[in-house]
Amino acid sequence: MEKQATIGKGVDTVTVLLYYALVLVGFIAIFSVEFRMGDSFVQSLLELKKNYSKQVLFIGISSLVAVFVLLTDSKFFTAIANLLYMGGILLMLLTFVIGKDISGSKSWIALGGGFNLQPAELCKVFTALALAKYLSRPETEFKTLRSHLIAFALTLGPAVLSIAQKETGLALVYFSFFLVMYREGLPAIYLIVGFSFVVLFISSIVLSFLVYAIALAIIAFIIIYYFWRQFKRNLFLLLGIIIIYIALLGFHWFVNYVVFDKILKPYQTARVLNMFGKTYIPKSPERIAQFEKEQASGKKKDYTYNVKQSKIAIGSGGFAGKGFLKGVTTQGDFVPEQHTDFIFTAIAESFGFWGSALLLGLYFFLLYRITAIAERQRSTFSRVYAYSVACILLFHIMINISMTIGLMPVIGITLPLLSYGGSSLVTFTILIFIMLRLDADRSMVLR
Amino acid sequence: MAEFNQSRQITIRLIIAIVFAIILVRLMTLQLFTSKYAKLANDQAILRKIVYPSRGIIFDRKGKAILDNVTMYDLMVTPSQLKGVDTFSLCRILEIDTAEFKQRVLTAIIKNSRNRPSVFEALLTPAKYAKVNENLFRFQPAFFLQERPIRSYPFKAAAHLLGYVGEVDSGMLKRSNFFYQMGDFAGRSGLESYYEKVLMGQRGIQYILRDNFNRPIGPYENGEFDTASVAGRHLNTYIDIEVQQLAEKLMHGKVGSVVAIEPKTGGIIAMTSGPTYDPNELTGTESRKNFSRLFLDAASPLLNRGMQGVYPPGSTFKPLGALVALDEGLITPDFGYACFGRYGPCGRPACTHSGGGHAANLSLSIANSCNSYYAHVLRMALDNKKFGNIEGGLMKWKEYMSGFGLGHRLGIDLPGEYSGYIPDTARYNKVFRKGGWSSCTIASLGIGQGEIQATPLQMANAICLIANRGWYYTPHFVKDIEGETKEDTILNKYRQKISPLHIPNDYYQAVIDGMEMVVTNGTARNAAIDGYAVCAKTGTVENYFKNKKQQNHSFFVAFAPKDDPKIAICVVVENAGFGSTWAAPIASLLMEKFLNDSIAGDRRKAEIERISNVVITPARIKYEMHKRDSIRQAKDSLQRKRTRLDTTAIGFVHPSTTLPVKQPAREMPQRINWFAILPADRFNVYNYTQPQQRTA
Repeated sequence: MEKQATIGKGVDTVTVLLYYALVLVGFIAIFSVEFRMGDSFVQSLLELKKNYSKQVLFIGISSLVAVFVLLTDSKFFTAIANLLYMGGILLMLLTFVIGKDISGSKSWIALGGGFNLQPAELCKVFTALALAKYLSRPETEFKTLRSHLIAFALTLGPAVLSIAQKETGLALVYFSFFLVMYREGLPAIYLIVGFSFVVLFISSIVLSFLVYAIALAIIAFIIIYYFWRQFKRNLFLLLGIIIIYIALLGFHWFVNYVVFDKILKPYQTARVLNMFGKTYIPKSPERIAQFEKEQASGKKKDYTYNVKQSKIAIGSGGFAGKGFLKGVTTQGDFVPEQHTDFIFTAIAESFGFWGSALLLGLYFFLLYRITAIAERQRSTFSRVYAYSVACILLFHIMINISMTIGLMPVIGITLPLLSYGGSSLVTFTILIFIMLRLDADRSMVLR
Repeated sequence: MAEFNQSRQITIRLIIAIVFAIILVRLMTLQLFTSKYAKLANDQAILRKIVYPSRGIIFDRKGKAILDNVTMYDLMVTPSQLKGVDTFSLCRILEIDTAEFKQRVLTAIIKNSRNRPSVFEALLTPAKYAKVNENLFRFQPAFFLQERPIRSYPFKAAAHLLGYVGEVDSGMLKRSNFFYQMGDFAGRSGLESYYEKVLMGQRGIQYILRDNFNRPIGPYENGEFDTASVAGRHLNTYIDIEVQQLAEKLMHGKVGSVVAIEPKTGGIIAMTSGPTYDPNELTGTESRKNFSRLFLDAASPLLNRGMQGVYPPGSTFKPLGALVALDEGLITPDFGYACFGRYGPCGRPACTHSGGGHAANLSLSIANSCNSYYAHVLRMALDNKKFGNIEGGLMKWKEYMSGFGLGHRLGIDLPGEYSGYIPDTARYNKVFRKGGWSSCTIASLGIGQGEIQATPLQMANAICLIANRGWYYTPHFVKDIEGETKEDTILNKYRQKISPLHIPNDYYQAVIDGMEMVVTNGTARNAAIDGYAVCAKTGTVENYFKNKKQQNHSFFVAFAPKDDPKIAICVVVENAGFGSTWAAPIASLLMEKFLNDSIAGDRRKAEIERISNVVITPARIKYEMHKRDSIRQAKDSLQRKRTRLDTTAIGFVHPSTTLPVKQPAREMPQRINWFAILPADRFNVYNYTQPQQRTA
């Protein structure tokens, strides 16, 4: 009794309720993907043979983990943050040696008993802790370029390792820490430059070289016109503008001829271009030869099958949805990886627009709640950590749902708390419950 | 320092809100404002399967099923599940070798993909079916047996009448306005075709959920939208299958036709065409092969001569000529004509009987089949002053013929009936120019020769009209349809009595008396049946092929009993000689069989065997067979010559004298296959172009 009182004291009930609501929705969705009329529900639940029955186990494990996290002293997290981070990086490096290949990605460590651990997933928690630790140090002056660079290195280190492990989706998530750093005083220019490159990247795809060049030239002239006085004083600035202009022209070439034709694989390029309604036409000789070989062998792959099926499932849901267990696309297994990365399609098909909007509402409420929690912290450590949680969740939700509705290319990334999988669920549980532990001690000053 | 950045929390919340807003707007466009996805989802996930009902069965007049549905089995294979199947023992059961096995599996994959079942062996023979079924557990789930209902014909008879059921072709698809679908089976000829709508029943539709490999996974919405199929309805016919069988037996080896009609109803008792075939040949595995063999046969066994063979009716026409003259008041039953072996006024036709008094009155003229009498009677009709000139006379005569059901299609319930031909003034004006012909020119019409042509069915129907004294029902097979309702209008026209001519009964009686004399003491004494008064008329029909006179067709028409007619019959045996020699005994045996249900007496039974063992092949069919054989021979010898030339040519080249042939060496630029070298990565999870089994 007494113990429970200590666990529950100061813990934000709203977040816990939202957590369990989402986990429940996830179970229902996984169940609807896998359950077929005539299956014995109880039996398969007990035999742990189906994904939904395994998910029940994962939910149990996660709850246990949550209790342990809540029982831990808050100071433990600040003390061990850097150690955990280093351990996480070591684990990621270890996967290159003893890693297990699952679905083409060598980022898993076998735990035995058929369960596997993905260090890159856990490393998000450690990175959040390490960043919080670094930013909350009294000696950290988060105005200097040096401190910025250290923070970048802290967050992007695991991202680089993730890319090396072919986990592009997870790598993208680490960019969410920029939002956290922005909240802690990172100059807006970083975000603006970053955003500008996204805009330039998309323009390079959508616009032909000529239109792109003209558009940039117009922008350059506007800048020169408004800052004419400065330019008059210092002609080197003008030279600088011209150099930047030429460099940006080069960016167009770089995106189309290097990124798409050399760095990304044909199917990745095809998926990215498909989002903008374009088809991939190879330009380099090797790619052309490859393309022709594929054509000749008649095995031309449809790289957009997933997103097509995903859109069919979501779109056919309509406003009211088809009803629980009545989604024909779901029941017919038309969407690949539906129980993990495409779990949103199961909800959208069965429960339609109102169901998906409700789910989005739950997520939005959770994120809003977490930012509110973040803002009520006294210690920088807790605040930075809470913002990290919010931003990681935001990126996961954004990338995952956007790919299912065709707003982003298909990238392997889970939908927080809904997707099937122990690694993902446990990681998000730890992530959220550490925050709740810290929040329970919000009157304390943690460093 | 944090305090200075407090305002930035608003920016971050704004970013979150914008992200969610964008997603929500996109969801709205997908789910609320785009309708195509619902259709796409149903198209790919719901299979609309047509459920075929069992076809209706056709019964004979005694309730025997002339055809039946039997279930045969196709052995189906799903290539993707072949792993670990005991191929060798399956090959032994099916009596094929492993090369053939591989070939069939390959064909199945090409035709129907790996994951969908295809036919491995269609319509297993009962012996093979038994063996496969017993051992099926060893080949499951890659192999399974699928039911397939097909027609069977227990009596092996009435092929022309029943027709056959076959796969619809593209022409039929279009004509049906795509009511049928590719692969459907439908009646292609005979009653199967004419009563297709009745026999086929109503197709049902089943909606089945299927998965991404096209495998069925269960009914859609628990079958809420399914419609049940309605079985085809049975047909009760007038056919007496035993008479039909006997007719086919008697016509064995001969070319010609038998048509037997029940005069009181117009119901056809039997209709056969020689040569015929076993209807079972056109079902099952060998059907295509058999069809092309029958199609190419010089004797055209697929032709239903009962309604598609057209012949000059010869002397069997004479009773009709007599009726015309009687009705027009040109002669009385006592009218006699002095025939001296030839019709004097025109110099022809010749008459077989030269003895005086054989045409002393109408009855005698029929009994003795006097040519002069009927040439004279026809001329009287044509030159009748009442109708002005000969043209008027001919047109009036044609009207009578039309009334007898000649010169036009009767409307039997089989597709493809021929109309026969009755000449009119236009025809003669064209041949002889206007005014260039007289009643003498066309006097041979009176004895059923010349331009007049009729089908055996028409002749049998005309005899019905005489037997009934002036009326008939359109000849037809089907008595009634099982569960007939007001909406079944297909049989209405067969239930209307047709009496186009109003010839007094006395005249019919006179003609019928003459026809009775034909059997009692006329040309067809061998057609008599103990206990029945048979009325008949023989015919010996002159015919030509390539302007060369052929052996005469043997014709015979009859009905019995005289005063209560139960059967009217027309028998034609092509190029067999006198009507009394072949056609008369055949008709007599068939009538006896129908009237008594059996043939009495050993002499009559021996007669059946005697007739059925005789083969009469018309000269023109022999010629046709010869022609086809010689074409084939010529082709064969040409082929032989060619191969001989080839082998001699090869023989010249001795292996040691040939130069070693080298493949043209071409330097191919070496390219690195990046696909092969680079490791598969996380993205590949979504490459679901080649669907894989879900791994739990």
